[in-house]
Amino acid sequence: MSAVKQRSRKTTMLEAINAGMAHELENDPDVVLLGEDVGRAGGIFRTSTGLQQRIGSKRVIDTPLDEKGIVAHAVGMALYGLKPIVEIQFSGFIHDAFEHIMFCAARYRWASGGQYSCPMVIRAPSFGGIKGGFWHSQSVEAYFVHHGGIKILCPSTPEDAYRMMIAAVRDPDPVLLVEAVPLYRAMSASFVHDGVPAEIGRAEIIRPGKDLTILSYGPMCHQSVIAADDLADTDAVDVEVIDLRTLIPYDIESILKSVKKTGRVVIVHEAPLSMGFGAEMAAVIQEKAFGYLHTPIQRVAAPDVPYHFSIGDECYKPNAHRIGLAIKRAMAFEF
Amino acid sequence: MARKPATKPKAAPKAARKKSIAKSKAPNATNDELLDYYKAMLLIRRFEEKAGQLYGMGLIGGFCHLYIGQEAVVVGMQSTAGPNDSVITSYRDHGHMLAYGMDPKGVMAELTGRRGGYSQGKGGSMHMFSREKNFYGGHGIVGAQMPIGTGLAFANQYKQDGGVAHAYCGDGAINQGQIYEAFNMASLWKLPVIYVVENNKYGMGTSIERASAVTELYKRGDSFAIPGKQVNGMDVIEVRAAAEEAAEWCRAGKGPFILEMKTYRYRGHSMSDPAKYRSKEEVSKVRQESDPIDLLRACIADAEAATEDQLKEMDKEVKSIVTAAAEFAQQSPEPDPSELFTDILVEA
Ligand SMILES: Cc1ncc(C[n+]2csc(CCOP(=O)(O)OP(=O)(O)O)c2C)c(N)n1
Ligand SMILES: [Mg+2]
Repeated sequence: MSAVKQRSRKTTMLEAINAGMAHELENDPDVVLLGEDVGRAGGIFRTSTGLQQRIGSKRVIDTPLDEKGIVAHAVGMALYGLKPIVEIQFSGFIHDAFEHIMFCAARYRWASGGQYSCPMVIRAPSFGGIKGGFWHSQSVEAYFVHHGGIKILCPSTPEDAYRMMIAAVRDPDPVLLVEAVPLYRAMSASFVHDGVPAEIGRAEIIRPGKDLTILSYGPMCHQSVIAADDLADTDAVDVEVIDLRTLIPYDIESILKSVKKTGRVVIVHEAPLSMGFGAEMAAVIQEKAFGYLHTPIQRVAAPDVPYHFSIGDECYKPNAHRIGLAIKRAMAFEF
Repeated sequence: MARKPATKPKAAPKAARKKSIAKSKAPNATNDELLDYYKAMLLIRRFEEKAGQLYGMGLIGGFCHLYIGQEAVVVGMQSTAGPNDSVITSYRDHGHMLAYGMDPKGVMAELTGRRGGYSQGKGGSMHMFSREKNFYGGHGIVGAQMPIGTGLAFANQYKQDGGVAHAYCGDGAINQGQIYEAFNMASLWKLPVIYVVENNKYGMGTSIERASAVTELYKRGDSFAIPGKQVNGMDVIEVRAAAEEAAEWCRAGKGPFILEMKTYRYRGHSMSDPAKYRSKEEVSKVRQESDPIDLLRACIADAEAATEDQLKEMDKEVKSIVTAAAEFAQQSPEPDPSELFTDILVEA
């Protein structure tokens, strides 16, 4: 209704998440939002500002401090037909709830022979960049991609955040929404708040190119584009950047299409290198497109160490510079 | 010993200590003790004020949870600590580290993320440790320190070293399930652990009434047969008396003890807290009527333990310690990038 008015104003990532939740809360009485300080305070990052006032405290619920309890509670709610959105304040606090996410929510459909499902959204504010120290700067997605039963989305733009939130709430299966803390306020964009959900499982080419494919997600997409732009100027390399958007189920068709075109691949994520999401990507690409590769697949990731409080933001997190070096390695490689 | 926790503090074991310095002007503490506590509390307050300033100047990044208002809790607890007692707490930890004898320079330098910090800049405000002082952190996961503290107590008991574990948590943390798992084991195995619940009325923006079905937190051990006691955590002498009672219970092999410290934090949850969940009046009322340092100061005056001039001198001394800590924290070098890779596993 007020789409035209909203288009004229830019929406931050925070506001987009808020708008997505608001849309679903307003349109589906089975949707509830619960978490620590999500109601009266509007969430630790203010992603749910105003929602309790608008929707009421029966459906926007401040919980005690108890992640495992909150998530398990939401599993029960979902089994009985509600569609809970659970906020974990920082993804680093999600581990206590791991069992309920991976072995209850992600297993009920299968274990009950299709009788039950767990339509719930778990919001996991992730990644470093706010000098949070090792607990508050975590990239947890790799812990959750291991065995299916749960979908994992990671928006890198406000519009995606809005549409993915809507898609996640409507999805009949559990969804882990990996939100990018460093982008919450840093990114804004104009788009129509029309309630149209994102398509789960579809990647997007955010910078077309022909020489090399970067696969990334979340904030690292933006670093990848910066690196690609820089090298286009200095090294005349034409890099394609793909925002994976959905980690599970990932968009194998788009990935292979691009790889077959460029023959060179750099995979970028902020999470540690070993056994990370990039390892799976590399494995799948060499299985399905080995003959198309001109050079070995490169990965850019954090080292397998904790996020350093003092120098983590500068030295631990991958950045455009390190991505640039990987692009050069991939371009210059000689067998 | 009655299992039923008593609301009112019972007579302290050592002697008939008066309950409140607000009422009683002559607590059963020596003048030196009063002055020691005063200095320790003042050090925490001035340190935290300085940390707040450095944060404002951009010299401390990330999170910084100040302990201002709660000083009497940790100072009163520490005053009864023995050499083998171990300590663990949450992220609001600067006051604990100072009270248990850690060097203000090393604490401040960790806040600024420098090499000279207790974790060489790796952990920051929430994650600092001192083996020398038996200080096991600083824990970023709310509540998780309580079962770990219980394990410390197990080790104390196993080694028969007479040590008692002090495990601190907040009124928000107390709803974490793992704490009750810990309570059960601690009581089952009669572990020497004092669970200190610092009830400052809020867990981030949620008041205790909105988070807890039963707000008398000292009763939380009832179904595990752990005795509990509610204590005026603004009164260092009352805290000390309760700590002595609890420690005696633990050292006698009777198992864990819960102390609920009624206290208050003056500042926001961390540095970026709009604090809309409480009124300015509420804060200023506590500051005016039950500030732990003011209470003790009145008590010192009453006991004629020190003159105003002597207290001023002490204030100066504390300020210079804090100034030196702040200078050290700015001069200590930044970690080298190679330090990302140190201390991951034992180095060959
Ligand atoms: C497992 C976990 N959940 C949530 C948080 C975020 N958080 C940090 S402090 C806090 C409130 C804790 O309140 P309380 O235990 O009363 O301690 P206080 O801050 O009052 O000292 C919350 C929710 C966290 N650090 N860890
Ligand atoms: Mg509290």
